[in-house]
Amino acid sequence: MTKSDLVEKLSEKVTTLTKKECEEIVETVFENMKKALHKGEKIEIRGFGSFTVRLRRAKEGRNPKTGDKVAIPEKRIPFFKVGKELRELVNC
Amino acid sequence: MTKADLVDIVYEKAGLSKKEAQEIVEDIFDTLKNTLKAGDKIKISGFGNFVLRDKRPRKGRNPQTGDDIEITARRVLTFRPSQILKAFINEPPQS
Repeated sequence: MTKSDLVEKLSEKVTTLTKKECEEIVETVFENMKKALHKGEKIEIRGFGSFTVRLRRAKEGRNPKTGDKVAIPEKRIPFFKVGKELRELVNC
Repeated sequence: MTKADLVDIVYEKAGLSKKEAQEIVEDIFDTLKNTLKAGDKIKISGFGNFVLRDKRPRKGRNPQTGDDIEITARRVLTFRPSQILKAFINEPPQS
């Protein structure tokens, strides 16, 4: 399922909204989740899961082609933890 | 941020009643859940993919008692963030 499939499904379900409106709402939801993570905020969706930002510390890597050492700076990684309900749902 | 915060954002933006905003946010996550339940993966461009992986049974150990146990075969859900999301959360604030 892609984002546009999701919009399609929603507009079939919510007959009071146009497809365009559904699309805008879906965009709004994901854009604001992104913004929250950008701010380092945790997102908790009951029954679905939670998103947090984890810190990867700086490390030294190597260029696999030349073997040169390269410094990999510290960076932030989005992390998703599946909620209990959803974890059980996908496993049955 | 919780589901209630998302409802407020949608309410302010879309000109819906609070109840309608609540229903549509609920519908979004229900649709995602039902899709994953059916075994289908989800690709949200600009955000990330929710991917299902089938794990084979493997041997494990109860860390408390040291007993050997069998970890049963299972289907697990993983989130693979998009390059866009990974780059975005590393940008300086207010950009």
